Amino acid sequence: MGSGRFLTRERKLALARFFRNWPAVFGLTVIVAIVFTALFAPMLAPYDPEEQFFDGLSLTGMPLPPNDTYLLGTDLLGRDLLSRIIYGARVSLVIGVVANGVALLIGILLGTIAGYFQGRLGLVIMRFTDLMMAFPALLLAIALAAILRPSMWIVAMVIAMVNWVQIARVVYSQVLSLRRRDFIQAATALGARTGRILFRHIMPHLIPTVVVWGTLGIATTVLLEATLSYLGVGVQPPTPSWGGIINESQSYFIDAPWLIIFPGLAILLMSLSFNLVGDALRDAIDPERSGSNV
Amino acid sequence: MFRYILRRLIQAALVLVGVSVITFLLSYALPADPARMIAGRSATPETVEKIRHELGLDRPLPVQYFNYAWGLLHGDMGRSYVQKTEVTTLLKSRLPATIQLAVAGILFELILALPLGIIAALRKGKLTDQLTMVFAFFGVSAPQFALGLILLYFFGYRLSLVPLGGYGTLKHIILPGLTIGITGAGWYARVMRSSMLEVLSQQYIRTAKAKGVSKWAVVTKHALRNAILPIIAMIGLDIGIFMSGVVVVESVFAWPGIGQMAWQAIQLVDIPVIMGVVTVAAVAIVIGNLLADLVYPFLDPRIEYR
Repeated sequence: MGSGRFLTRERKLALARFFRNWPAVFGLTVIVAIVFTALFAPMLAPYDPEEQFFDGLSLTGMPLPPNDTYLLGTDLLGRDLLSRIIYGARVSLVIGVVANGVALLIGILLGTIAGYFQGRLGLVIMRFTDLMMAFPALLLAIALAAILRPSMWIVAMVIAMVNWVQIARVVYSQVLSLRRRDFIQAATALGARTGRILFRHIMPHLIPTVVVWGTLGIATTVLLEATLSYLGVGVQPPTPSWGGIINESQSYFIDAPWLIIFPGLAILLMSLSFNLVGDALRDAIDPERSGSNV
Repeated sequence: MFRYILRRLIQAALVLVGVSVITFLLSYALPADPARMIAGRSATPETVEKIRHELGLDRPLPVQYFNYAWGLLHGDMGRSYVQKTEVTTLLKSRLPATIQLAVAGILFELILALPLGIIAALRKGKLTDQLTMVFAFFGVSAPQFALGLILLYFFGYRLSLVPLGGYGTLKHIILPGLTIGITGAGWYARVMRSSMLEVLSQQYIRTAKAKGVSKWAVVTKHALRNAILPIIAMIGLDIGIFMSGVVVVESVFAWPGIGQMAWQAIQLVDIPVIMGVVTVAAVAIVIGNLLADLVYPFLDPRIEYR
């Protein structure tokens, strides 16, 4: 698809609507900042995130609160919290993108197959999503991650396995209604092959949906990854992850609340930004639905 | 109507059968040997074999599944590998705490969300509306565990208003309930807002306004009754979201419910207990969805049910 056709008049209007929405612009700014931080972490971090500083602990061996040397304080091993949070952005972002990408792929594939071919195969796929909806997703993810020996990629796959369901359902209902539209009927009547109809005619219409759900999905994924790491079944130490920092320091939350508050804020900010942007995209693409959703 | 209810009941039953199959297959696929776990490290291979035979683990897979399903139907979920107690007994002792937490969480969600949603709808498009919705997103985006710990720090430690975790009195339930409330209220507030907007645009509201009914009365007496319908159905769906978060909230606040039990069981690879909690959670979710579907036609006779 050429760039001229990609930015249709309709899509330009949608973009304009998006940028008039201040929460969305705020969210986008934060996302750009987080991506920048993750990319240039070695240059931005004041210290090595894994170095345990001798002067990073008090005389009684307690972590230091925020001060001039360690801007956000130090953790239980005397490591610089700010540097760990900066490097933690990498884990969050990579898992967010990978896990969500896989979930999108599975969701689009199964949703399209079920919606386009319907029949017995479609029925089986959709009944299977019904089943998955009845599972307590997080509980399942925790159990799987714990028993499969946690690593970054296992965590990403577990999250993808839990998160594709909703995307499949959205894509399914879209393909179902697209299929009945005149231009698809026309293409079929003209003898276009199934592959061509799917890739040239149906897929392009799914792009807005995929963009919206892709963005909203990252918000959920970031929270899920943080939760798994918090429970100790996510990304393993010494790799710094936001949830992991809270896991290591939770029993000291009374003496060292900064070790909970700052990583917590980082998770909140990232998830919030993707939610704001995703929601604004949804409104911009479909102004009729503005605000009405779940 | 009768046919609609019957069809939904059958669907729910089928979903539960599917859940039991998947739970069973998952437990089977796990890289852990139940017989060895029960026998302990020092057991001889003969003992392990004997236990394997007693548990029926040496039979074909379908036979094992039917034994498992037969047990489930009779309220038998097997014994915990670690505590050697019946899983159903363990669940029964833990469920009341989790149900209390669910009720408290949903109450907090409603207390926070309904006013927010109504205010946002009445000030649609204004700054108040945008701020309210951003606030709703704040809750939805907050990690429950960090929020819980921070609430504990301020209200439990700094202000000493509530105990630092534990279970028993009304004071104990405030923070865990509030944690669920804050993180869940966002969805309710958004549904409330859009439902209120829809109702407010209807003819009978215009009539009421034209009659000279005050704005307050229009909202509380005329609009709210209809606008709240989707919220009631949403409570049913919310049970699923609650069941997902229950492990985290219960472990932060040392709340002795099934979530904490599941978490302990996961760490010990105590498979029957994990399966038991997953099954109970799935049943709760299915019942919640079913109630949402069944309650709706009663509340709103305009809806056609097929």
